Amino acid sequence: MDSHMVRERHAIRLEDTDGSFTCYADETVLKAMERAPGFGFAVTGGRRISVGCRQGGCGVCRVQVLSGAYRTGPMSRAHVTAEEEAEGYALACRLYPQGDLTLRPARKPPPQKTTSQTTTTDPKA
Amino acid sequence: MAITGVLRPGFIQIRVLEKQAALTHYVDRLGLDKVSEEADGRIYLKAWDEFDRHSVILRPTDTAGMDVMGFKVSSDADLDVFEKRITDWGLKVDHVPEGEQPGVGRRIGFVLPSGHRIELYAAIELSETHPPIENPHVWPQEPRGMRATRFDHALLYGPDIEKNLAFFQEALDFSLAEKIDTPDGVLAIWLTCSNKAHDIAFVRHAEPGKFHHAAFFLDTWMDIGHAADIMARYDISIDVGPTRHGITRGQTIYFFDPSGNRNEVFAGGYTYYPDNPTRTWGPEELGRGIFYYERRLNDAFLSVVT
Repeated sequence: MDSHMVRERHAIRLEDTDGSFTCYADETVLKAMERAPGFGFAVTGGRRISVGCRQGGCGVCRVQVLSGAYRTGPMSRAHVTAEEEAEGYALACRLYPQGDLTLRPARKPPPQKTTSQTTTTDPKA
Repeated sequence: MAITGVLRPGFIQIRVLEKQAALTHYVDRLGLDKVSEEADGRIYLKAWDEFDRHSVILRPTDTAGMDVMGFKVSSDADLDVFEKRITDWGLKVDHVPEGEQPGVGRRIGFVLPSGHRIELYAAIELSETHPPIENPHVWPQEPRGMRATRFDHALLYGPDIEKNLAFFQEALDFSLAEKIDTPDGVLAIWLTCSNKAHDIAFVRHAEPGKFHHAAFFLDTWMDIGHAADIMARYDISIDVGPTRHGITRGQTIYFFDPSGNRNEVFAGGYTYYPDNPTRTWGPEELGRGIFYYERRLNDAFLSVVT
């Protein structure tokens, strides 16, 4: 049998939508979504997981896992704190399914404040 | 010597999530050389065509983004001159002692109105693997990977970029090569202290201190194609390109390092002189200004930063 046929795969669904897309256990949910019909939108009811850096740094693909087993890769703590991680928040680009998943897009709104702050950026902090 | 004062971008310190993945990306793929790894965890890198000891510093931690960008000035006395000018302009200046980075002399540092830390320094050791000086071959050893020749410039996102513009012009003698004007004010500025179309650029953004990209210079449009081949071969996350910027006229690919920090490979771009007029873009044409062939922004340009 073709090894492609026996790769472990899981169904990824967004909350309140009927469709799902397939994600292999060794790839990220975001990568599977980008490959799905209509770049994923065709099966997610047009709901959106935004695609950014795909590397755990920018935070735009943040989701909350509502059900299902998974593991994650390294994610910037600026976007998913340890506490949020324990509550099921993750970046879809660092999310590997170990079962079928139901997700809620959870991108943080950009800050509205437009005045600068006094930043202390210790280069070694 | 016609270029005085602030000479050019000298170094950038970038936060990375995973050391080994970052090294594979910056050394094997982009083509930088590893110079040293120090006890505090920071890793020092340089491009093959740079004379100075290092130009890129990777700091492993649990967030991505930029810690600091450093500019080299032409003499130690310039540091005192700029300290006074910066303080008189209204920014607080701090001091980083010689040796805080290996091989680098004393630095002065300050935080821009946009929230970014900038440092100036005059002294840095000559690299042990510097480009040939006597009867020089074209390179010391054949370049690797994408064959990046130098750390070229950075684009940073933050508020109050009009104040940044005034600061760079009034305190550091930079020139404004290009800008995007909108009914809401200036959206973006491209500043130069040299013959390059830009040495640092800023886009208006609500959150201070954000990092859009660090750019690495390649020699030709063909090298941009070769870089694209490497990105495809090694499944590197691409943002946009290969394409061209209307602004600066450079040829480009935006892509991401394994921590989500955007990199650019950049070739071409016009030669700038300080008597050139500022090229100005309106909001209706800014898509063409940023991505000349697509003629529109992508989703990520204004929203994906670290």
